[in-house]
Amino acid sequence: MKGKLATLYQKDGTKKILASLVSILIGLLVGAFVVIIVGLFNSRISLKGAWEGVRLIFFGIFSTGRDASGALTWGFNPTSLGNTLFRAMPLIMTGLSVAVAFKTGLFNIGAPGQYLFGTMASLMVALSLPTEKMGAVPVWIIAFLAGVLAGALWGAIPGAMKAFLNINEVLACIMTNWIAANIVTWAFDISNFKNVAESTKTGYVYKTTFNGVATAKLGLDKLFPGSQVNAGILVAILAAIGMYVLINKTTLGYQLKACGSNRHAARYAGIKDKRNIVLSMAIAGALSGGGAALYWLSGNTEFFWSTYQSLPAIGFNGIPVALLAVNNPIAVIFTGIFMSMLNVIGLQMSNLTAYNEYLTDIIVAVIVYLSAFALVIRMIFESRKKKAPAAEKKAKENEEPPKPDAAQNGKGGEQA
Amino acid sequence: MTFLIQQTLIFAVPLMIVALAGVFSERSGIINLALEGIMIFGAFIGVLFVRAMQLSGAYDAAKAAGDWLSLQGLELLSMLAAAVMGSVFSLLLAFAAINLRADQTIGGTALNLLAPALVLFLIRVIANQETLNMAKGDAASWFMIKKSTFGIDKSVHLGFLGETLINKVYLATYVCILLFVILSIILYKTRFGLRLRACGENPQAADSLGINVYKMRYAGVTISGALAGMGGFVYALTTSNCSSTGDVAGFGFLALAVMIFGNWTPLNIAVSSLIFGLFKCIAASYSSLDINGDGVYMLSQIGISSHLYRMLPYIITLVVLAFTSKGSRAPKAEGIPYDKGSR
Repeated sequence: MKGKLATLYQKDGTKKILASLVSILIGLLVGAFVVIIVGLFNSRISLKGAWEGVRLIFFGIFSTGRDASGALTWGFNPTSLGNTLFRAMPLIMTGLSVAVAFKTGLFNIGAPGQYLFGTMASLMVALSLPTEKMGAVPVWIIAFLAGVLAGALWGAIPGAMKAFLNINEVLACIMTNWIAANIVTWAFDISNFKNVAESTKTGYVYKTTFNGVATAKLGLDKLFPGSQVNAGILVAILAAIGMYVLINKTTLGYQLKACGSNRHAARYAGIKDKRNIVLSMAIAGALSGGGAALYWLSGNTEFFWSTYQSLPAIGFNGIPVALLAVNNPIAVIFTGIFMSMLNVIGLQMSNLTAYNEYLTDIIVAVIVYLSAFALVIRMIFESRKKKAPAAEKKAKENEEPPKPDAAQNGKGGEQA
Repeated sequence: MTFLIQQTLIFAVPLMIVALAGVFSERSGIINLALEGIMIFGAFIGVLFVRAMQLSGAYDAAKAAGDWLSLQGLELLSMLAAAVMGSVFSLLLAFAAINLRADQTIGGTALNLLAPALVLFLIRVIANQETLNMAKGDAASWFMIKKSTFGIDKSVHLGFLGETLINKVYLATYVCILLFVILSIILYKTRFGLRLRACGENPQAADSLGINVYKMRYAGVTISGALAGMGGFVYALTTSNCSSTGDVAGFGFLALAVMIFGNWTPLNIAVSSLIFGLFKCIAASYSSLDINGDGVYMLSQIGISSHLYRMLPYIITLVVLAFTSKGSRAPKAEGIPYDKGSR
């Protein structure tokens, strides 16, 4: 048992998971710190309110609201859990998008633009095709593919600019983001998909249910009553597994990774580096576009079309999802769910306390900041490893039980 | 024409000063992707400072008595506050990039995520809404320099130069231009500037000559943060009526593009920021833009969609980058953490 634990601890993957867990813990602690500081200096928030805020940060997913006396109540909350899964769906996709581009050495900060293009294509297709003739399921599939394709196209543009013109992909992505935001606004502005049927919904596009299109629930709504969850989460998980296979088990994946680690060496080895850079960004774009399609085709979401002044946060949140997962597609599933859990917690905070949902954005930013030097955190574990053998020898002599914290971390890592 | 020049300057000057912020950081060897975030933070601090001063009543008397000198002093103080807090905020990037040798792109992105989150969180807590405005009055009535500021009657025409340069302008614009010139001279004509640039080109060689690379890089990032924070406040003051919304509409990234287009040298940056400022100005006010003064708003009458005008600055950026990026020469050591042991 002890030997197994030691090898588990020395595995590279374990260390990555530990580093991510440390990042999350510090992020949450910083969030709690902000809550306390603000609570102390703001006259509208009592000390009790600050304490409630801290508890919500850590356990908000199990919050069930307030009872008659105004105290927070806790317990299993299927609505929160279901909504977590629902919000995780696009996050997993944009997280995959950023992760795949990272594998090729590209920083895909263009996920918001690709996401918007996916939104536009999938919504327009879903609302314009005749469902009575074709049936809702084929329309859903075509709309989903349209979103994927539009995202891929939009992602390929900065990829091509990077490959052929050597423009920094970060800048190209930022510019294409804002161009996309304007194009999407323009396209919906001149379209007739704007919701004119309901007077309270001016500025929004019709729900896809107007045309009878909605993602199948597959009984998940029974499992999590009152929530928005649907089968899209399964599509997202499948996409993650598909990406894992693509990156780790195929020639293309190998070529992409080779370009990422050393573009010039890859070219010397006969790999078409330019083609692979474009392709990598196209795949990344396809994933973001697919995420958008999953989110907007669900049937319970409405798109605010005049979006030229803001970019969708889901696109940017793909970055922390990918970084926290150390770009591992399978790990993205879990970090995506974690991030959306933070999101739901944020909503709980603004519903139940004087704080607001931006607090969780602060936590996310802190986590990204920490993952910038995750390498350092990993190095700290590394140096502990070097001391570990010596400690083990001593342990053998003294017949001491293995460290309990190592066992806990190992188990926690699998859950995260 | 007067209106066009003034509007262009309003957009060009924050771009220019923030692009110079980028130069100071990158010339010392640190990629500062966080310009956008620092701008957002600086804008917030500046507006908060103005608001606090207004609420404390310290300037009410000055405002009532028409004491323009002290109101301009308040504007300068707010700029200073934004600059100081901007450099404090940028220390986060400096610490991660210099001491911990973190990935500078990710570190910058983290700051870009942190700034709007923190700012919006605080705005909600402070003002209980999404925007932080001035406590009373608006930017024009408090800070704008008008004819009445100098005791000149409104009906007097000052000539083209007078109308353009001293009527309906902000002191901040000129302060930024002055700072731009001074800092450019510091970067090129002083020992400090030479050392800073050396750290961005070949830090090992610089270190061997006794220059403290860490210190120089800290100086570069801190100056960068101060300029970006100030630029953010100037942007908020002159273009959005001294309000902070946790957003500067990609201005920090535009500044980065200006910096690359300007090839990391101040003079080119000044020229290119004027070009970008012009397009940004067209995008913002094409419908009320009267170029030759005949009362016809030409740009809005050609029949081009407003959406295209709004897109234009970003499209131009991409096109310009496409043409210039092959010949651009970034500082050699930028983005590479300095490691004393490596050769």
